[in-house]
Amino acid sequence: MGSAPSLPAWEIRNLAHTTGFTSEQIEILHRRFLHLTDGKATMSKDCFDNIPDLESNPIKSRIVNAFFDQRNLGLQSYGTVDEITFENFLTTLSFFQHMDENHTKEDLEYYKTEKLQFLFRMYDTNGDGKITLEELREIIDDLLSKTSNTEKTSSSIADAAMMEAANTCGGQMEPDQQYDGITFNDFLQIMQDIKIESKMHVRFLNMDTSAICK
Amino acid sequence: MGRDRSGCVARSALLTALALLLCCPVAGNTAEQDSHTEHGDSRWGNETGDPQPGFHIVSLRWEQVQAPYVLALWILVASLGQAVFHLSEKITSVVPESALLIMLGLILGGIVWAADHTASFTLTQTVFFFYLLPPIVLDAGYFLPNQQFFRNLGSILMYAIIGTIWNTVTTGLSLYGVFRTGIMGDLNVGLMEFLLFGSVIAAVDTVAALTVLEDVHVNEALFIVVFGESLLNDGVTVVLYNVFDSFVEVGAGNIQGLDYFKGIVSFFVVSLGGIAIGIIFGFLLSVVTRFTERVRVIEPGFVFVISYLSYLTAEMLSLSAVLAIAFCGICCQKYVKTNLCEQSITTVRYAMKMLASGAETIIFMFLGISAVDTNTWTWNTAFILFTLVFISVYRVIGVVIQTWILNHYRVVRLGLIDQVVMSYGGLRGSMAFALVVLLDLKHIHEKRLFVSTTIIVVYFTIIFQGLTIKPLVKWLKVKRNQQKEPLLNEQLHGRVFDHIMSAVEDISGQIGHNYIQNKWTNFDRKYLSKMMVRKSAQISRDKILSVFRELNLKDAISYVSEGEWQGSLAFMRSINDVNVDFTGPRYTALDSSNSAVLCENANEVRLDMQATENKAKSPKDREEIVTHHMLQQHLYKPRQRYKINYSRHKLVRSEDEKQDKEIFQRTMKMRLEHFKPTKLEVNHNATIRNTKKEKATVKKHSDVVPNKQTLTHSDALHKDKDSEVKNHCDPSDDGISFLITPEINESEETITGTNNFCLNFFTEEDQLVCQIIPLLTSDEGTIILSQKVNLQLPRSPNNFRHRSESIDSFLLADISEEDPLSESSI
Repeated sequence: MGSAPSLPAWEIRNLAHTTGFTSEQIEILHRRFLHLTDGKATMSKDCFDNIPDLESNPIKSRIVNAFFDQRNLGLQSYGTVDEITFENFLTTLSFFQHMDENHTKEDLEYYKTEKLQFLFRMYDTNGDGKITLEELREIIDDLLSKTSNTEKTSSSIADAAMMEAANTCGGQMEPDQQYDGITFNDFLQIMQDIKIESKMHVRFLNMDTSAICK
Repeated sequence: MGRDRSGCVARSALLTALALLLCCPVAGNTAEQDSHTEHGDSRWGNETGDPQPGFHIVSLRWEQVQAPYVLALWILVASLGQAVFHLSEKITSVVPESALLIMLGLILGGIVWAADHTASFTLTQTVFFFYLLPPIVLDAGYFLPNQQFFRNLGSILMYAIIGTIWNTVTTGLSLYGVFRTGIMGDLNVGLMEFLLFGSVIAAVDTVAALTVLEDVHVNEALFIVVFGESLLNDGVTVVLYNVFDSFVEVGAGNIQGLDYFKGIVSFFVVSLGGIAIGIIFGFLLSVVTRFTERVRVIEPGFVFVISYLSYLTAEMLSLSAVLAIAFCGICCQKYVKTNLCEQSITTVRYAMKMLASGAETIIFMFLGISAVDTNTWTWNTAFILFTLVFISVYRVIGVVIQTWILNHYRVVRLGLIDQVVMSYGGLRGSMAFALVVLLDLKHIHEKRLFVSTTIIVVYFTIIFQGLTIKPLVKWLKVKRNQQKEPLLNEQLHGRVFDHIMSAVEDISGQIGHNYIQNKWTNFDRKYLSKMMVRKSAQISRDKILSVFRELNLKDAISYVSEGEWQGSLAFMRSINDVNVDFTGPRYTALDSSNSAVLCENANEVRLDMQATENKAKSPKDREEIVTHHMLQQHLYKPRQRYKINYSRHKLVRSEDEKQDKEIFQRTMKMRLEHFKPTKLEVNHNATIRNTKKEKATVKKHSDVVPNKQTLTHSDALHKDKDSEVKNHCDPSDDGISFLITPEINESEETITGTNNFCLNFFTEEDQLVCQIIPLLTSDEGTIILSQKVNLQLPRSPNNFRHRSESIDSFLLADISEEDPLSESSI
C-alpha cells in the first residue's frame, strides 16, 4: 500500500508518547485504520462492517461502541461520538497493550485498573457507574446461544451472578440493604483472581505481517 | 521413476481397470511386479482362448475370480470389524481409529498367516501410488479449512518443509553415527541408505492426533497447523524419498557435488511444480462443475476424475503428485461446493471419506500381514531402539525450536500444551510403511531391517502414543489449571474477554485481514467467481434475493422461537439442559438455526455424569452446577476456541458453523427490526404466502434456478425432517425414562429447596411426560400438538405441517443461497 499517505514523523512521535505504541506499530495500525476507513481521516461505525470476522462475534456491537465511547477516549463525559480519529482509535487500542515485566508495581496496578475500567464500561451501558441486574442480563443474553436461550434462562443466570457478586463483595453491607448493582470497586474485587494483565492483551506486532503470512 | 510406473500401467490396462474397480491389488504369491503383470495377462488370455470340451451350463471359475474375490472379502471383513468396534462407544472414545484399524489389520493378517503361511498379498508400487495414496490425500485436501490454512500458511510450511527435512537429516545422520560406533553390528548400509530411511521414517501422520484435539484441547491455530503439516509433509516426504532413492540407485560413490545441488533444486521444482499442477486442475475442475447442472448424476464423478487426473499429470511430469492432488482439493473446494447441488456435495463428501478410509484400511491390512510374516523380519535391537529414540527426540527438538522461532511472528502463540501435542502426536502411519515396503531390494540390501523397524515404529507410535496422548494431555492440562472451579462471574467475564480479544485482533488487523488478502478477495469476486461459479449461484448475491432471504429468515426465526418459547417443543431442550449433556449435536430440528437440521445425529446424546452424580449434593450446589453447566454449553465460543473437526474415517460437522450462522441470523434479525417494523404486523400466514410468491417471481426472472429441482428437493427434505423428528424422540426417550424414575422424586425435593431457574425445567417435566407420548405415538411422523400447547401459542397455526413446509422452503433458500454468500466473504 505504497500510495497511502503516511503520518508525519512528529505526529508519530507524539502518538507514540501518548499511547505507548512503538512507531512501527503506529504505522501498521495507521495503515489498517486507513484500510478500514477507505482512506478517510475519521472512522464511523459502518467501517467496522467491513471486517468479516467481526460479523460472527456475538458482542460485536458492544465492542464497536466501546471505540466510540467518550469515556474510553479520555473525555470525562458520558455518551458516544459519531466519528473517531486515528488518535482515538489508537487510544482505545492502547488498552490492549501488553505490559512487560519491567514496569513498576504501581504502574502494573494502574494499567490493570485501566483495563478493567474499559471492561466495566462495556457492561455499564448507561454510564451510572454501576452494573445493574438489567445490564448484566443484557450481556448474558448476547452471549447465550439462541438455541437454548429463553428470557428466563438469561435472567436467572444474571440473578445467580448478581447474587454471587453480592456475596463476594457485600461484606460491609447492612442486612436490609438492597444490592442494586456492581460498582467498579466490586468489579475489581470480583476480577482480582483473573490475571487480567496476561489475558487482556493483544500482541501488536512490530512488523507488517501482511507481506509474510496471510 | 514416475515414467516407469505409468509405463507399467499402460501395459496392463485391463488389469488396471479391474484394480480400479475394486480398488485393490491383484497379485499372486509373487511380489515382483513384472511377473505379476505377466501372470495377469496370461490369465486373462486363457479365459478367451481356452478350448472348452462340451458345453457347461454352470462351471466354477474360482481361478478367475480368486484374487479380487479374496480381496473383496477382506475389505468386507475389515469393514465389518470397524462396524463391530464402533458398536461400543467406550472403545472408540478411548482408542483412536487408526489404532483400531491397525489392530484389526494385525488380526486379519494373523488369520491369513495361520491359513496358508504365506503373505498372499503384497503392496506394490502401482497399487499404493495409484490407488491407495490419492484418495487419502485428496480427502485431506478437500476437507481442509481453507481460510485458516492460508492464514497459518507460514507456520504450516515451516513445520512441513523444515520440520520434515530436519527429521530426515537428523535421524539419518544420527543412525549413521551410531552405526559407525559398531553397536548395530555389521550392516551393509551407507550414509545414503540411512538418509533414505530417515526420509521414510520422517513421514509424520498427525491426522491421528487430530482426534485428540477434538476432545481435549480446543484451539483453532493448533488444529490447522497440525492438519496442514500432516497434509503437506506427505508431499515433502515423497519428494525427499525420491531424491534419496535416486541417490542410492546411482550409488553414493558416483554422486558429485553437482548432484547434491541438483537434488536441492529438484526438491523445489518438484514441489512447486506439483502445487502449480494442482492449482491448475483445481480451477479447471471448478470451471467444469459450472456447466454440469443438467447432469447432476455425474457431477460428483467430475470431482474425483479431475482430481485424479491432476495426480496422474503431475506424476507424468515427474512432479510431486501428492502436492498436486492436495492443492487441487484445496483450490476447488470453494467453487465446487458452490456449484454442486446439495445432494452431489453430500455424495462427494461421503465418497471421499469412504475411499480414504478404505485406502487406509487396506494399507493397515498390508501392515498387519507384513507384521506376522516371518519372512520380512530381521531383528536388530540396537537399530530399532535407536530409531525409536531418535525419532521421538528429534521430533520434540524440532517442534520446540520451530515453535520458538514461529512464536516471534505469530499473534496466537503456540503454548506448551500445543507443543506437547505436536511432538507427541508425531505418529508414523501408513505413509511410512508404504514407502519402506516399496524400497527396491536390489539397491537397499537391508530392506528387511528397514521394513521391520518401520513396522515396529508404526505399531509403537500408533498404538502406544495414540493411546496415551489423550490421558497425557489431559493430565498436563489438569496440572496446569489446578485451581478452584471458577466462579460464575469469572467464567462469564472470562468469556466476554475472549470475545473482546478476538474482536480487537480482527479490528486491528493483527491476525491478517490485510492488504493481500483483501486484494485476493476482490480479485476472486470480480473474476474468479464469475468464471467458475454458476450464474444461479451468483444471483444469490443480488439485492432482491437477499432481501427476500432476510424476510424469510426473520419469519422462520420468529416462528420457531415463538413456538419454542411457548412450550410446544421446549421440553426436550430444557430437560436435556439439566440432565443430558448434548455437547454433541443438539436437537436442532427444532432450533432456530434451521440449517442444521440436515446433519444432526441424535445418537450422540450422552448422559452427563457430572450432573447425575451430584444428585446427592445440596440443592444449592446443584443449582450452581446446573448454572455452570448451562454457561459452558451455551455461551458462544470465541473464534480461537472453535473446534474444527477432521477425521479420516468420520464425517463431522463443526458446531461453529452453526454458531456463526446463528449470530448472523441474530444480527440480521436485529437489523430487520430496525428496518421494517411495519411488515411484522402482517398476519403470519399471509407473509408466508407473500414470500412464496415473491420467491416464485424472483425465480421466473432469474430463470436459471431449477424450479423443479427445488421442489423435489424440498420434498426430500421434508421427509428427512419428519424422520428426523422421529429419531430425535428415541434417544430422548431413553433420557426421559431415565429421568422419570429417579429424577422426578428428586426434583420435587429440589423444588421445595430452591427457587432458582432449574425449577422451570423441573416443573416442565410434568408437561413433558404428557407431551412426549403423543409425539412418540404419532404414526405418520407428523407432530401432533397437544391441546395445551395450542392454547399456549396465541398465533400458532392450525396446521403444523404447513408451517414446517414453510420452514423447509426457507431452509432451502438458506442452503442454496446463503452458502455462496458466506463463502464469498471468505
